[in-house]
Amino acid sequence: MKIVADHDRCRGAGQCVFSAPDLFDQSDEDGTVIVLDDHPPPESHARARRAARLCPNSVIRIIENPEPAHP
Amino acid sequence: MSTTESSPVVLPTHRTCPFDPPQEYALLREHEPVARLAFPDGKTGWLLTRHEDVRALLADERFSSDRARASSPVGRPLRPEEMEARPGMFLSKDPPEHTRYRRMVTRYFTVRRMRALAPRIEEIVTDRLDAMERSGPPVDLVRTFTLPIPSLVICELLGVPYADRDRFQRWTSTMLRLDVSAGEMLAARDALYAYMGDLVSAKREHPDDALLSSLIAANAAEGAQAPLTDEELTGIGLLLLVAGHETTANMLALGTYALLSHPAQSRMLREHPELAERAVEELLRYLSIAQFGAVRVALEDVEIAGRRIRAGETVVAALAAANRDPEQFPGPDELDLTREPSHHVAFGHGVHQCLGQQLARVEMQIALPALLRRFPTLRLAVPPERIPMRDDMFIYGVHELPLTWEE
Repeated sequence: MKIVADHDRCRGAGQCVFSAPDLFDQSDEDGTVIVLDDHPPPESHARARRAARLCPNSVIRIIENPEPAHP
Repeated sequence: MSTTESSPVVLPTHRTCPFDPPQEYALLREHEPVARLAFPDGKTGWLLTRHEDVRALLADERFSSDRARASSPVGRPLRPEEMEARPGMFLSKDPPEHTRYRRMVTRYFTVRRMRALAPRIEEIVTDRLDAMERSGPPVDLVRTFTLPIPSLVICELLGVPYADRDRFQRWTSTMLRLDVSAGEMLAARDALYAYMGDLVSAKREHPDDALLSSLIAANAAEGAQAPLTDEELTGIGLLLLVAGHETTANMLALGTYALLSHPAQSRMLREHPELAERAVEELLRYLSIAQFGAVRVALEDVEIAGRRIRAGETVVAALAAANRDPEQFPGPDELDLTREPSHHVAFGHGVHQCLGQQLARVEMQIALPALLRRFPTLRLAVPPERIPMRDDMFIYGVHELPLTWEE
């Protein structure tokens, strides 16, 4: 799984941090999303999906089967 | 659904149970989820009652939040000067103006910062519980507990003197009344503006380390682009103060009333305070205190669930109806504090979703279990029919909550 956040659309409601504090934080500067772990371990996947679903501005995108990264 | 155009409905406001939205909502949601709505100003618009449609509307940038363009679904028709959104009142602004303001204040309300306030909120809650214990039963929970806690918290956060609470609470309360005359409404609003304007000037002279002074400093910093004017700072401060105390106060009071009316649920929360997070989400969903919903205006023709909304028409998103949608919440009319958290819309949705939601959550998660634990025998001091409900206010709740307990 890969997590991608569209920072520009974020309005900092904090739903993602509320749902998955291990995967997301908010910037001290403007409160917008920071992805802490964009390749979360399997045990965090359900919470990552929940964060994406709850986001009021559809900022968080979950790519379930990302292309493997090139070395 | 019928293919003939049914006549417009008026916004349902009559409740048969103090915790349930008006019954007409369930029928509308099932049979006419995008219904024609008649407004008090004589115009016709739309009422959305399904969770899916409400979420879609509130996330759709083809709809404006500008109150000056919209009809109000309840109360008397408003005068133009009552609807005007002044600078800084970003709840009624659209992007990009809204974005600019919201970006400046969001950092003060992050999950991390709000959770860091927990020890101070616990102190405040304990102090109020001690005061209740000292005075002994009966007490009005609104005056002794539910209004003081969020008022003190938002005062400390913003840098507003708590000693001024009687004044700002009274002006806020007047502005949220449905039956208020235009003259009274404008007088309360102008008084609140003048108060906040004076406070902004005072913070410029004598800054402290709270939010208003920090905003002023950030905008005075070298390189700050388009710094906020005092008028804008006043609008922002006023919005945060009003939204920061009335809403949480009503959730705490109505939440307590709901818990006391569901003894098995309140026992569970008292015995398992770790349930607080889920319990608060469920109370937010179940009670939906923004009782007349969220109002938007179509900026262009838009189709929603097969109905064509015309540019300029007002659309009301019935948050309370969406939060009882059985498609989204199985057994929606049950209060179930163990319910799997789901996307309720009690805080709205889209760019305007409540800025202070994380603060409200922390306050409720601390205050409600603490109250139940301190007074295990807490109960209504009067019969339920004598609890004055806030049917006459934009934010639902109770005007008073007389409670008693065994000492």
